[in-house]
Amino acid sequence: MYEHLETAENRDQLKRIVVDPVSRVEGHGKVTLLLDEHNKVQQARLHIVEFRGFERFIQGRPYWELPVLVQRLCGICPVSHHLAAAKAIDQLVGVDPANLPVSADKLRRLLHFGQVMQSHALHFFHLSSPDLLFGFESDIGKRSIIAVLADYPDIGLQGVKLRKYGQEVIRMVSGKRVHGTGAIAGGMNKALDKAERDYLLADIDQMIAWGVASVALIQKVHCANLPYYDQFATLRTNYMGLTKPDGGLELYHGGLRAKNAEGGTILDHFDYCRYNDIIHEEVRSWTYMKFPYLVALGQQNGWYRVGPLARVNNCDYIDTPLAEAARVAFKAHANEAMVHSTLAFHWARLIELLHCAESIKMLLHDPDIMGTDLVAQGEKRYEGIGVIEAPRGTLFHHYQIDENDIVTKANLIVSTTSNNMAMNESVRQVAAEYLSGRELTEPLLNNLEVAIRAYDPCLSCATHAVGKMPLQLELLDAEGRLIDKLVKHSDGQIGRV
Amino acid sequence: MPVKPVLVFAYGNLSRGDDALGPLMLDAIERQQETEGLPIELLSDFQLQIEHALDLEHRALVLFIDASVSGATPFGFTQLSPAKDNSYTTHAMSPAAVLAVYQTIKKQQPPPCFLLTIKGETFGLGEGLSAAAKQNFAAASSFVNHLLADLTASAWRNLTLTSA
Repeated sequence: MYEHLETAENRDQLKRIVVDPVSRVEGHGKVTLLLDEHNKVQQARLHIVEFRGFERFIQGRPYWELPVLVQRLCGICPVSHHLAAAKAIDQLVGVDPANLPVSADKLRRLLHFGQVMQSHALHFFHLSSPDLLFGFESDIGKRSIIAVLADYPDIGLQGVKLRKYGQEVIRMVSGKRVHGTGAIAGGMNKALDKAERDYLLADIDQMIAWGVASVALIQKVHCANLPYYDQFATLRTNYMGLTKPDGGLELYHGGLRAKNAEGGTILDHFDYCRYNDIIHEEVRSWTYMKFPYLVALGQQNGWYRVGPLARVNNCDYIDTPLAEAARVAFKAHANEAMVHSTLAFHWARLIELLHCAESIKMLLHDPDIMGTDLVAQGEKRYEGIGVIEAPRGTLFHHYQIDENDIVTKANLIVSTTSNNMAMNESVRQVAAEYLSGRELTEPLLNNLEVAIRAYDPCLSCATHAVGKMPLQLELLDAEGRLIDKLVKHSDGQIGRV
Repeated sequence: MPVKPVLVFAYGNLSRGDDALGPLMLDAIERQQETEGLPIELLSDFQLQIEHALDLEHRALVLFIDASVSGATPFGFTQLSPAKDNSYTTHAMSPAAVLAVYQTIKKQQPPPCFLLTIKGETFGLGEGLSAAAKQNFAAASSFVNHLLADLTASAWRNLTLTSA
């Protein structure tokens, strides 16, 4: 591990490199490197520079607003927040997961599969495929979806259409691509009619075929670059996520499972409503993002990874045949119990995309999906906890309300927070192994972003107003004087200042 | 394939202060559409993405509406051209980059597309519209009425401006 690079001793005598913001991730983060006079990396950190204040945003609102309100926390995975909040407020109206009407449960799962599918397609094809197809240090003009569409038109177009299809699933189930109001306390507010089901069925076989092709593509890319892909930014870590009661891959509802780097069980079938007993969060002064860890293993050793790599590693099987075959091949390539390659996040992500496409087809053929018994009711409770496997990993929503149904306390642990320590460790590994001692250039620094991007982090929610995303790279000498500066302007032009 | 109605596409986050200007303008247009039966199709999203290129297919005319921190005050109105700007390296794309994606995948020029930007100032989570944004919104609303009165590219070209 590379924790010794978290804090350097003689910081004011070191050169500082800033990558700000990290591009092709959601939100605003920056990487700082401190170098000595020989360009040896002495400190490397991923900082989150925006405080989001989610909890304050939510407190004081009536609970029934939450499924709509929390979607506005994030422009990329609004449905994940929507469903996690819905699961939490189910409990506030006295409805446990087992008591949700069957059709409501299946509609929520369909909605969630659509969401995960579109998010994974966006991340792989739009944000990561340029690195993977053209090389991590390729010319910056090549590192975009436009270049992929130009040089690999079939692959690029598949990405666009997979993403579009996932959005259409969301639109059919919830009424809109975003801001939909599909899930409500105790169920769903809209049934899926035959025309909507048939509309989605028309293209699903094509989506599955493209899912298969996507997995084949990433497997080919990954295995063609061994051992580099198995070593780049790679960490031997713990992994956590939900699984089915029998250990199968689960994205919507299940028990918490955590495994260590050797594949040994840390916890299994753990009721997520007691997450506070097993997960604590550490605060560090240099970043707004907390560092969660498993209490049983302590702060030093208890950090873990979540998301596609964790889920595919942790599960015993996948209940759709094509994704299961892909999972078996994925695990076999590593030749040990767990796959630790950080770049294997991409491979696992596309296995999940395929699983989502297969699952959508199964659900669309299930007669329950058009059922109209959609809402259950129970006795009011004052506390609700909803946990879901969002595209980026395990997402916790926890609310308390008063007698007037107003939220008095909210706690959210978003997926990216769970990967905070791992992303920092990956940054430090790349800095130490690939950058240290070399003259730093923009293509070289992209290696840091490639490592971060593999986690598909969501660093803040979506405010996209025109003119807000510049990039600056600054090189300062040992006295802190600026000796070089690259600027990427909001119009896309890059220049040396 | 028949030509689809004029597309009015607003994007922004309703809970992010002045970022709500676009969706709020779409709400106002929707109310007008209900009373006047305008031949337009409305679309809203948090931010622009690659698949939105497919929403431009078979359109004769498209209007994007967005809040802007750096645009003209109280609003700006320009015709768009495809541009391979670096917004395609983020989760949120610019409308010009969406047009570039359209051009790349369709191998043809996109339909005439225009961008209405409404000047905003504050974009904090949980904030409402700023006082300045409310004034800018009112000014932009009057301008939108002119756009909706003549849904043709030639009429809109005559209305393009960088400041009002």
